[in-house]
Amino acid sequence: MENQVEATYEIMEVCLLAGKIMLQSGAETYRVEDTMMRIASSFGIEKTHSYVTPTGIIFSAEGTEPTKTKLIRISERSTDLKKVAMVNSISRRISSGDANLKEALEQLEEVDSLDVTFPFRIQVAAASLASGCFMIMFRGGWNDFIPAMISGGIGYLSFVYFHRFVPIKFFSEFLASFMIGLLSFLFVKIGVGHQLDKIVIGSVMTLVPGLLVTNAIRDLMAGHLVSGLSKGAEAFLTAFAIGAGIAVVLSFL
Amino acid sequence: MAILAQLVTSFIATSAFGIIFNAPKQTLVKCGLIGMGGWLIYFLLEDYSDNAILATLAATIFIAVISQVLAKYYKTPVIIFSVAGVIPLVPGGLSYDAMRNFVENDYNTAIGLAAKVLMLAGAIAFGLVFSEVINQVIQKINRYRARI
Repeated sequence: MENQVEATYEIMEVCLLAGKIMLQSGAETYRVEDTMMRIASSFGIEKTHSYVTPTGIIFSAEGTEPTKTKLIRISERSTDLKKVAMVNSISRRISSGDANLKEALEQLEEVDSLDVTFPFRIQVAAASLASGCFMIMFRGGWNDFIPAMISGGIGYLSFVYFHRFVPIKFFSEFLASFMIGLLSFLFVKIGVGHQLDKIVIGSVMTLVPGLLVTNAIRDLMAGHLVSGLSKGAEAFLTAFAIGAGIAVVLSFL
Repeated sequence: MAILAQLVTSFIATSAFGIIFNAPKQTLVKCGLIGMGGWLIYFLLEDYSDNAILATLAATIFIAVISQVLAKYYKTPVIIFSVAGVIPLVPGGLSYDAMRNFVENDYNTAIGLAAKVLMLAGAIAFGLVFSEVINQVIQKINRYRARI
């Protein structure tokens, strides 16, 4: 009996760790729930309930002994698709019986501590390239390509740097879009840039909460009402921060 | 010529977003190709019919279906292929425009734009969910057949 209780707790530990990594890396709500249930059932707990919101996971396992429930808090969220893929492959290995409980926990802990992101300068380069390309896709002229690249790159760079010093995401987004607005305005003023709107839209694309808006509506459609609404609120705040940052520049200069 | 420029830029932009979202290295080119295909459909349809919502829906369904197929083939989550591909379709510029009008006290324009943003985001979400539902229905039919 004692052993069984211990084992159930360990299984829950593995499930929650997997769920935590996936949620922090930006996986969809239903995928997090699905993965946790699959892991639990392949270790022999058939009846589980999970409640996943963007800020926390509640997971409970039913068995012959009294039901056990654990809660885990999620405070930091980003998009890291590689970790989602890694956890997914670990969960596949568990389902097929290739990994036992101890191995799974070790592998998940390794994934959790790993930093698999691209080098920072490559991210900034990608952000500035994307800004320039988006400017063209929104039917801007090629003569604005370089200004959009520069302001988009510096916008992303300042977002990441501000976010290191200011833990409030809203504020660092505001400052980053303020920088973008200022730079674009300066480019147009000195004659390097031509269409202010196109440059700003292109460079802002790397900050815009497009993914969040889409995920929010998708969660709502799938019946995850709480996480859909809270993701929508986050998206609204981000959009507000970006709009406000640009508007400050436009109205004062 | 304009279409060629759109193709090249959408490929680069989508792959660059793959880097920002930290997609696994070997999927970056596929992400870019998916994004390029989706953007091509959107661009042509929007030019032809002047209806951004319809164009977005068609492009999203294309992206989602291809992502499902690739995800099944490579045994990875669908999100890895679909997220970056959907990014060009997301009404980022429009939502920025809406917010800017809000902040500049032009509420009438802003609310109209915000409603359009919501419709476009809804179209994207609907396209993603739609392809998932189709995928599940096909799986269920196959399982049903296998039982008989």
